[in-house]
Amino acid sequence: MRVLKGVLHLAKSAVEYDKKKLNVREIIQQKKKTCSVNNYTEKLIPKILFGIAAISVFTTIGIVLTLITETIAFFKDVPFIDFFTGTQLKPLGENAVFGVLPLLTGTIISTSIAMLVAIPVGLMTAIFLSEYASEKTRKALKPLLEILAGIPTIVYGFFAFTFVTPLLRSFIPALEPTNILSPGIVMGIMIIPMVASLSEDAMSSVPNAMREGAHALGATKLEVTWKVVVPAAISGIIASFVLGISRAIGETMIVTIASGSSKNFTLDVTQSMQTMTAYIVEVTGGEAAAGTTLYYSLYAVAMTLFVFTLIMNLLAQYISRKFREEY
Amino acid sequence: MKYVDTEQVHKKMGSRQIANNLAKTLFFLATLFGLAVLIVLIYRVLADGLSWINMDFLMNRLSTDPEKAGIWGAITGTFWLMLVVAPVTMILGIGTAIYLEEYAAKGRVSSFIKTNIANLAGVPSVVFGILGLTVFARALDLGSVVFAGGLTMALLVLPVVVVASQEAIRAVPQFLREASYGMGATKWQTIKNVVLPAALPGILTGVILALSRAIGETAPLVVIGIPALLIPVPDGIFDKFTILPVQIYYWTIDSALIAEYANLAAATIVILLIVLFVMNSIAILIRNKFQKRY
Repeated sequence: MRVLKGVLHLAKSAVEYDKKKLNVREIIQQKKKTCSVNNYTEKLIPKILFGIAAISVFTTIGIVLTLITETIAFFKDVPFIDFFTGTQLKPLGENAVFGVLPLLTGTIISTSIAMLVAIPVGLMTAIFLSEYASEKTRKALKPLLEILAGIPTIVYGFFAFTFVTPLLRSFIPALEPTNILSPGIVMGIMIIPMVASLSEDAMSSVPNAMREGAHALGATKLEVTWKVVVPAAISGIIASFVLGISRAIGETMIVTIASGSSKNFTLDVTQSMQTMTAYIVEVTGGEAAAGTTLYYSLYAVAMTLFVFTLIMNLLAQYISRKFREEY
Repeated sequence: MKYVDTEQVHKKMGSRQIANNLAKTLFFLATLFGLAVLIVLIYRVLADGLSWINMDFLMNRLSTDPEKAGIWGAITGTFWLMLVVAPVTMILGIGTAIYLEEYAAKGRVSSFIKTNIANLAGVPSVVFGILGLTVFARALDLGSVVFAGGLTMALLVLPVVVVASQEAIRAVPQFLREASYGMGATKWQTIKNVVLPAALPGILTGVILALSRAIGETAPLVVIGIPALLIPVPDGIFDKFTILPVQIYYWTIDSALIAEYANLAAATIVILLIVLFVMNSIAILIRNKFQKRY
């Protein structure tokens, strides 16, 4: 209705001129006046909108610039090589040591645990929804998965700390109260809906003719799914995995809450480990004074984190663009 | 002459069918796994928190005594934060979408902005927190106030609004624009009076979803420097503040010391989930009720 009104707006104004019985010259003069105003706005509006659109670009530039300048300041205090090969991270005290490896292993291990949960469960969920479920079941299940995706990460953090860790400790007595295993698993659960929905989109776009062709050759549903649909949708599926990895690397609150702040350099998942994101939260929460090495280390870690996630995102875009099969 | 060895097929058919049925059960169980976790999670939160919710809990200020502690400060903080995030992200998001869909030539500039927005959506929220800390809180010297937090959050959820608005604007059929031009309307008049009203439901859905993301986001605001200390209830956008998720965070990590804090955290989660549920329901309602198919 409102659309119709908009379209009719000008028609109405034409009728109004008629009602007022203005003579032609007055109408032309009035039109000219509004026209010059209109011309002015017509030229101004695109410029304003371009300025607004440019803000998103400035945001990226702002992020990159702040990270780079402060990271350079950090590498004046701590040599580049020492930072990336150092196995010790003791940011506080007089003999502060800044090695990023404990944070890197923490991030890689938590991400690996998360993907060990998210990839199989997410892919199987996607296959069930796309290939096996009836239309009715799918319509009932998808909103529920969307709810799972919409739960704030802080709630998952609470869940990992107060429920999953005590539950796991009853099976694994050696597990510490804060450990990397429990947040890793919960992070995986958090990523399931993302992997499932992106993979399902990829599988749904495989044309039915391909499935029917395989069925006609006598293949069972499992064979059709595994040998026809999944290979055909593989670019979208892999892209969903990579995006999931990127999400797990950047995830903050779950690991901050449930994995503690010990900067252990280990592969033992029952221990507390710190990820890059959790380190950032810890240091800023401690109100690090500007200008100290501790303060600059924040940016060096954030830069590493930013580069990692950026590579993953670009990789996902590349995979889905490069290996997409067009049907 | 036989093309297919039927005997061989019959022999193998049984095991192939069994494999199919096993796989089907497995896929179904995997789907149920996510839902089972959802149910356990909600049950746990309700069991821990529901009995702690009463008027005192909602209306009291923070306190170290679990019996007296309330979340009024966090509720008002969340309210003020949304009052900053909503207009900023709407102006930036819808403006960007209009520019990209209606004005930008399909060239390098527009594809650069689009790639940039796609990549911005993948930047971890904690990095946005660092941007907010460096630029808004320190360089502009705003401090950890609502305004600084709101600007940071607005940039964080910007891609959601841009993408939703772009899709809504793209879905407006070309003949409506042509009808408007045919009546003598200019480009901006067409956008203002025809395109935007038609795209409004889709845009609003995107905005509400973006706000519900902002309400649940914790990391950027912790990084900007919301303290765990007791702070006064904010009266405006230039006051220091706390919000519901940050309150949950501090209560959860302190629950190792005082067990009741876990209940307070759970009760706050219940309130947060109710707010999110209401917002998402409104978004779905708008989408179903007003979205037209042309």
